[in-house]
Amino acid sequence: MKRIISIVLASAMTATCVACLSGCGGSASADAGEVNVYNWGEYISNGEDDTLDVIEEFERRTNIKVNYTTYETNEELYNMLKNSNVSYDVVIPSEYMISRLIDEDMLLELDFDNIPNYDNLMERFKKLSCDPEGKYTVCYSWGITGMVYDKTKVKTKPDSWDALWNKDLSGQILMFNNSRDAMAIAMQLEGINPANCTKADVDKAAKKLKEQKPLLKKYVMDQVFTEMENSQSAIAPYYAGDIITMMDNNEDLDYAMPKDGANLFYDAMCIPKCSKNKENAEKFINFMQDPEIAAANFEYLNYATPNQVAYDDYIDEDAKNNKFIYPSDEYLDKCYVFTNVSDEVYSYMQEQFVKIQAD
Amino acid sequence: MKSRKPSIPYIIWMVVFTMIPIIMIGFTAFTDKNGNFSLQAFTNAFYYTNIFVKSLWIALISTAICLVLAYPLAYLLTRMKESTQNTLIMLLMVPMWMNFLLRIYAWVTLLQDNSPIDMMLSLLGIHSTYIGNTGAVILGMVYEYLPFMVLPIYTVMSKIDNGLIEAAQDLGSSNFTVFRKVVAPLSVPGIISGVTMVFVPSASTFLVAQYLGGPDDIMIGDVIEKIFWTDQNTGSAISLILMIFIFVFLIIMNLFGDEEAIA
Repeated sequence: MKRIISIVLASAMTATCVACLSGCGGSASADAGEVNVYNWGEYISNGEDDTLDVIEEFERRTNIKVNYTTYETNEELYNMLKNSNVSYDVVIPSEYMISRLIDEDMLLELDFDNIPNYDNLMERFKKLSCDPEGKYTVCYSWGITGMVYDKTKVKTKPDSWDALWNKDLSGQILMFNNSRDAMAIAMQLEGINPANCTKADVDKAAKKLKEQKPLLKKYVMDQVFTEMENSQSAIAPYYAGDIITMMDNNEDLDYAMPKDGANLFYDAMCIPKCSKNKENAEKFINFMQDPEIAAANFEYLNYATPNQVAYDDYIDEDAKNNKFIYPSDEYLDKCYVFTNVSDEVYSYMQEQFVKIQAD
Repeated sequence: MKSRKPSIPYIIWMVVFTMIPIIMIGFTAFTDKNGNFSLQAFTNAFYYTNIFVKSLWIALISTAICLVLAYPLAYLLTRMKESTQNTLIMLLMVPMWMNFLLRIYAWVTLLQDNSPIDMMLSLLGIHSTYIGNTGAVILGMVYEYLPFMVLPIYTVMSKIDNGLIEAAQDLGSSNFTVFRKVVAPLSVPGIISGVTMVFVPSASTFLVAQYLGGPDDIMIGDVIEKIFWTDQNTGSAISLILMIFIFVFLIIMNLFGDEEAIA
């Protein structure tokens, strides 16, 4: 009896270990005519409220079946690519995660002959800072961080991040519950460029955030929507596209762009090494940069499109003139992109941020 | 000798999903990023002692409040008609059919400024903020875990042989003496499993404090979650320490009652 138990256990353990180790490698062969897309949750136009169902449209035009799944964080995506057996053809990570995937040789080079719509992209978003030679990525969407404030509680329009340190608003200020974004704001106020910060810079930022903590109502991420839309708090930093959504739901809200500059972030489409349908993946990427599709997708997302033709010909004037969604080149030059922060500094940043909250 | 065959699937399950992960956590806690033996993770973990103490304290208060609320409720329940008992137990269970996060989210809308509760109390002339403090966190926990206290106590109490109570009454005990000498001692196993079922999950809970608390309200569960993003070694060390605390707590509880009460 004992022997049977140990055999069963041993084989169960081996099976788990093999599954853990093989990562992107193994698994059954893929059927022809499909593409496995792994994207952020709620990050594609899906047919709700008279928008275009982008995936259905792609399937109609190409007869390729789309298997669409979603993730919530870049780290979740990374874990799936690194440690699971599932095969994905298109993934849409953020800039800093792309740097990491390229460093660890987890992406395939794209064949741009299959992606003619690449020419539609704005020059700024063609050779991304995380992929300077432009071999692996096609930008999906981009945006900046900024502030949202309640006009009934904040009388003068804030023009700098230091509004988040304003003692008059004590107890009504919200802050990013995410080390990267919170630290970056503090660094910009200290005159440090967060894009290539060191541990010493993190210490300075941490000190600044400690000063802010007594004035805060909460550290938030998604909760910022209910907090601001229900007029519970006065001011919060967040991502531009989401701030526009909040403003649609509460007319007392307005946005503010700090003169210190902000974080320019973008997500880009890439093909991971475990892809089994590379050509279909390239067709999908090409399709997403079709001006009409890119414009339809923008309408749903509220995040800016990098597609110049879509911007020129398809997007309505109101959106184009919104300086928060499409900031001027001058403003964008003041913004920084997170790409070069080393693992060591990032992990120190995270540790310091937890310590600020724990103190 | 009894056959062990039926237990094989459970043993496999335990080994694969409980034993191996615990061993992995233990291994990670005692190594550094490169996999070499190191105690650095435990040194780092000591930084969060105050959060440990605070979390255990919040868990202890929540458990005490749950016990104070649940014990009389369970006692009253056992004295009712059986059909009423079933209905009330049902009502107690209904909230548990809903997702735990949704219920916490509901409390956010109930407690925030200009919420129904705030407006009612304002009418009575009471103006205050009800959310974003430790009190709100404890309220959330008590709400969350109260049924786990009521049910075991109720089950144990309803199993008490009526003959014992009648015998005590026949011998001239007052109602209070019957309760003190018969019902209370016999319900101890229920209390012990109730306390265990509330204290253990509330000590390790996360997200409740993030939703109902303020910037100072962070519990050890939240710290573990955040630390794990970048530093799995320290995260594992903190988890291991928490596990040891809970284990010690279970042993202490064990001393109070018979072993079978603790599941």
